[in-house]
This record gives sequence, structure tokens and C-alpha cells, in this order.
Amino acid sequence: MSMMVQGLDPWRIGDREFRSRLLIGTGKFSSIRSMQSALEASGAEIVTVALRRVDLTGLKDPQADMLEEIDPKKYLVLANTSGAMNADEAVRLARLAVAAGLPKWVKLEIHPDPRYLLPDPIETLKATEILVKEGFTVLPYINADPVLAKRLEEAGAATVMPLGAPIGSNRGIETRAQIGIIIEQSRVPVIVDAGLGAPSHAAEALEMGADAVLINTAIAVAEDPAAMARAFRLGVEAGRAGYEAGLGPTGRTASATSPLTGFLDE
Amino acid sequence: MSGTPGDPLEGLPFSRSRAVERFEEEMFGPKRLESLAEQARAETRKNFGRTMRLFAPLYLSNECVNTCRYCGFSKDNPIRRVTLTPEEVEGEARHLAGLGFRNVLLVSGEHPREVPVSYLVETVRRSARLFPSVAIEVAPLETAEYRDIVEAGAEGLVLYQESYDRAAYAEMHVSGPKRNFDERLGGPERGYQAGFRRIGLGVLVGLADWRRELVALAAHVSHLMKVGWKAQITLALPRLRPAAGGFQPRVGMSDRDFVRAICAFRVAFPQVGIVLSTREPAKLRNGLMDLGVTMMSAGSETDPGGYTGAGRERLHRTVRGREVALEANEEEGAEATEQFEVSDERSPEELSRELRRRGIDPVWKDWDQALAG
Repeated sequence: MSMMVQGLDPWRIGDREFRSRLLIGTGKFSSIRSMQSALEASGAEIVTVALRRVDLTGLKDPQADMLEEIDPKKYLVLANTSGAMNADEAVRLARLAVAAGLPKWVKLEIHPDPRYLLPDPIETLKATEILVKEGFTVLPYINADPVLAKRLEEAGAATVMPLGAPIGSNRGIETRAQIGIIIEQSRVPVIVDAGLGAPSHAAEALEMGADAVLINTAIAVAEDPAAMARAFRLGVEAGRAGYEAGLGPTGRTASATSPLTGFLDE
Repeated sequence: MSGTPGDPLEGLPFSRSRAVERFEEEMFGPKRLESLAEQARAETRKNFGRTMRLFAPLYLSNECVNTCRYCGFSKDNPIRRVTLTPEEVEGEARHLAGLGFRNVLLVSGEHPREVPVSYLVETVRRSARLFPSVAIEVAPLETAEYRDIVEAGAEGLVLYQESYDRAAYAEMHVSGPKRNFDERLGGPERGYQAGFRRIGLGVLVGLADWRRELVALAAHVSHLMKVGWKAQITLALPRLRPAAGGFQPRVGMSDRDFVRAICAFRVAFPQVGIVLSTREPAKLRNGLMDLGVTMMSAGSETDPGGYTGAGRERLHRTVRGREVALEANEEEGAEATEQFEVSDERSPEELSRELRRRGIDPVWKDWDQALAG
């Protein structure tokens, strides 16, 4: 496996270089140990943590100490603003995270609707503009909207993170056509963020040319999270390798391997 | 269907949405309980993960101006009563925070003189300094009053209708402002308008035919999800427990039906939180940990001052609403009377150990005051 990883191109977000194209979210795990073994098996270098789950007062609250369990030398801890309903709340959370000693990187999640957790495009753009000015590296979670993706890129977002399907839904890349356009147009890395339920979904995203994927639910609630993390790692590597190898075009009909017009060259 | 005589939604301003129909199919249809439970477990894991949010109730006052047949705090019950001072509430809150809780529910009887809105605002403000998450369970208020409470730092509102059956409701609530069914029914929406982010609905099982009550609750949840689309909705089905007054449930609900109801709600409303309190015994609570429940209390006391003994020197009785001092021979060591007897008496530590044993992560903090707009 490690040979495969080394064979793949590194990629960058802002001024940092990464080899793993699998980002992991830390919610929904049955225990800290289960989360740690999944992180280990995934080979991930970036790990997201919901700020509302951790202590932001600086008092190291033992009842909310997930950050103590993630080694900042091994992983880039990416704070997410889940729970924020608007730009003000998200900005406030991001600032508190930095004050609590986290890196100045933020995964911007603003979803006013607690059921489908679909991101608010207007508030997300507003918060991105504010946080970029304050020197944050901003990774916004968005619906698969190509125009919004370009607007965020122009506002200084370091990546865009369009959803494949609603968070936790495991439905795969239901927004395939839109994500295709985002990948085609984007000048910043595209990370497919939500709804990916199986390693094949991750492979599909990478085959399409996405730079990376973020997985949480599918790993956290699997019977064996570490084994599932490993499976996603393989899916990501296979998808990326396929993309780099140059996938053939797809069509609805069979195409003969001996061209019908071959006689012209005879 | 709704509006026709005999329908559970008759006289309620809710329509029968697809989710309500789904609830009825799962609850009353032919599906085997075991396969419904499997579905419920899968939905819970998918939407909430292998986690359980924990909270504790903190009773502010057991003084009440309502006469309700089933409630231990009913005005006519000659029980030991007290309203904690804001300082005493802070002491109880500090104790709960010390036990590990980061999510507190402030509960009070209805008493406009002893428990005015200004008092609620003050107790919320003090609690919000100690807890990332504060909710209230008090009599229904007006939107502007709710707004003051939200601004003081509460983000959760719990307001159970008790019964959606108007006739049973009128019979149970003998006198006092709680008789106003519609005032209570509209409370959650007013709370949403005022900015509450978590809203808890529920029925008190045992007051009327629970089959009809559950359908009405499903319709209320469904309605509130559309109106209050930005709120996290939770629901609960507290079953009546022994309490002062000795009221006997009219229509009992078996454990089997109770479990089925939890599972049916989970499947019909996959993203709605389900709350299970210490009213239910440990064995049943253990079994339900993985079947739809997403939020539990532990080590609960249901009397004001129950955690630290605060307020004991001011205990008094009320006889027909008038204050009477305690008899000299009962002052020593007397506690305020509880709202009901808890059944699961495990400590928060014992409950979290059981959760972990079952592969469920106890979550204490899932909110931050920084999110309060």
C-alpha cells in the first residue's frame, strides 16, 4: 500500500503538501480508541473535528477532550464549524478555535437545517470573505454548485468541498454532473465531502478528477471502522491511480476494437 | 382524514404528512418488532452515530398554581415545596457540572409570582456560565419572554403537550392557566420564533388512549419540522410514574408497545432526536440505547435542591394554595417533594460505563455558547 501512495502525486492546499487524498471526520465513533485505529488505518493526514464537541475555553475540559487524543504532529487538525447557522456564528467559532491553540485552518460548515445539513451558500460566501481577510485557510463545505464554487475561489477559499449527497446518507455521488463541472472549472483543489458510503464511491470521485474525499459516517459506524478506513484508503488510491493512468471515454454503445474505417489506412 | 370524527388529528391544526402515515404503518402495521428494531438501529447509527448525548434536569421550583390530576406538584397536593434562589440554582448547577454534565435542563412548576420570567432569565444566565448547553422546561411563555430567555443563554426548549386529546386534557387539568390547551400547543412555535435551536415535544403516556396520542405527536413533530426548519427537534414519550396524589394511569402502555413506538418514530423521523429519562427502569433503558434513543439523563433528582440539599430551610406546604410552615417534627432532614419517582437510579458514571460497554460513546458536550446568536 505504501508503495502505491508514494507512486501518487502529492497535492497541495494553500502552502501545505499532502500525499493522502483521504480526509477523515471524527464524529459518530463508538469510542476514542475506535476513532484512533481508523485514523491510523486510513493513512489520512487531515482530520476534521467539530468545534462544538471540544472545549474552547482553554480549560482542557476532560468531558470534551477529543483534541487531546489526536496527535497534531501526525495530523493536521482541521476545525469545523458544524452547528453554526450563519456567518457570524461560524466566524466566532473559527476565532475561538485559534485562541484555543488550533491551526488557522477552518472547514467552514454552515447548515441552518439540522436534518439534511445542507449548507447555506450565502452565509458560507460571507464567512469565507471575512475569514480569508483574517488570514485563515478556508475550506468551505458547499452544495455541488459550480457558480458558488467559482465565487468562493475568487473570494480566496483554499479548496471547495462539494457534497456528493447529504451528510451521513451513504448514497454516493448523486450530484455527479455538477461535481464534474466544478472539477472542470476549479483552480483550487476539489474535495468531495459528504454522502460517500462505500469505497467504490470514493474511487469514483477520484476517477472523476476530484483531488480528495472526506469520509466520516461510513467509517465511524461500520462494524469494523479500522477495516473500513483501510478499504476507503484503497478505494481512494485506486481511483486516483485510474485518473492518472487516463481513463478511456465512456459511451452507450459498444465500440469495435478494430475500427470500422480501418480500411482507409490500409 | 384529519378533521373527521374519531381521527386522532381531529381538532388539531396539523395535517397527516407522509411521515405521519409512515409512523402509523410502522407502529400499527404487521411488521415484526424485531425487524423494525433492526431498521431503527441502522437509522440511529447512520444519523447519530454510535453516540449518546447526556443531560441532567435541574429543578428550580416545585411551586405551582395549576391543579393537574397526575402531577406530584399539583397545587392541591400538600407536599413540601420550595423555590431555589438564583444562588442556590448556581450551586446545584456547579454540582452537576462537577459530575461531568455539560448539558442542563432547568425545570420548574408554573408560578408567576414565585417563578417569574425575570427569575428564569437570571437562572439561565447563571447556568450558561457553567454549561455549554442550557434548556428550559417551564410553562408556555409569550414570544418576547422566550426571546429574553434565549438571549440569557438558553438554546433548548422542552414543552410537552401532555395530551393531544382535548377532552382528556380538559379532564386532567382541573384548574389554573395550564387548562389552556391551545396556548400550550402554540408554545413550541413561539419558542422557535424567539430563537430556540433545540425544541422538545412529547406526550405523557397514560392520560388518554396512547395510540391516538402517538399519532398526534407524530403530526406535531412533522408540522414543527416544516415551520421550524432550522430547529433540531426531539421527542419523548414519558410514561406516568408514581407521584404525590396517587393518580393511576388511565391507559397503560406495555414495554413492548413502548419499544415499538421508539422504533417506529426513529424509522418515520430518522433525524429527530429521541429522549429517554430515568422514569424508565435500567433494563429497558439499556435495551433502548441502541434502538433509536439519542439523549439520556442520569442520576436525576426531580425535586428542587435534590442534588445539594439547597433550600431545605425554606420548605413549606401549601394547603389550597396557601403557604403553611412544616410541622416541627418533620423539619429535620426533610427534602422538597419530587415530581415523580425515578426508576433508573444509576449515577452518570455508571450509565456511561454501560454505554461504553455496548459500544456507544457518551457525549457530554455537543454545543457551545459561542453558537448562541
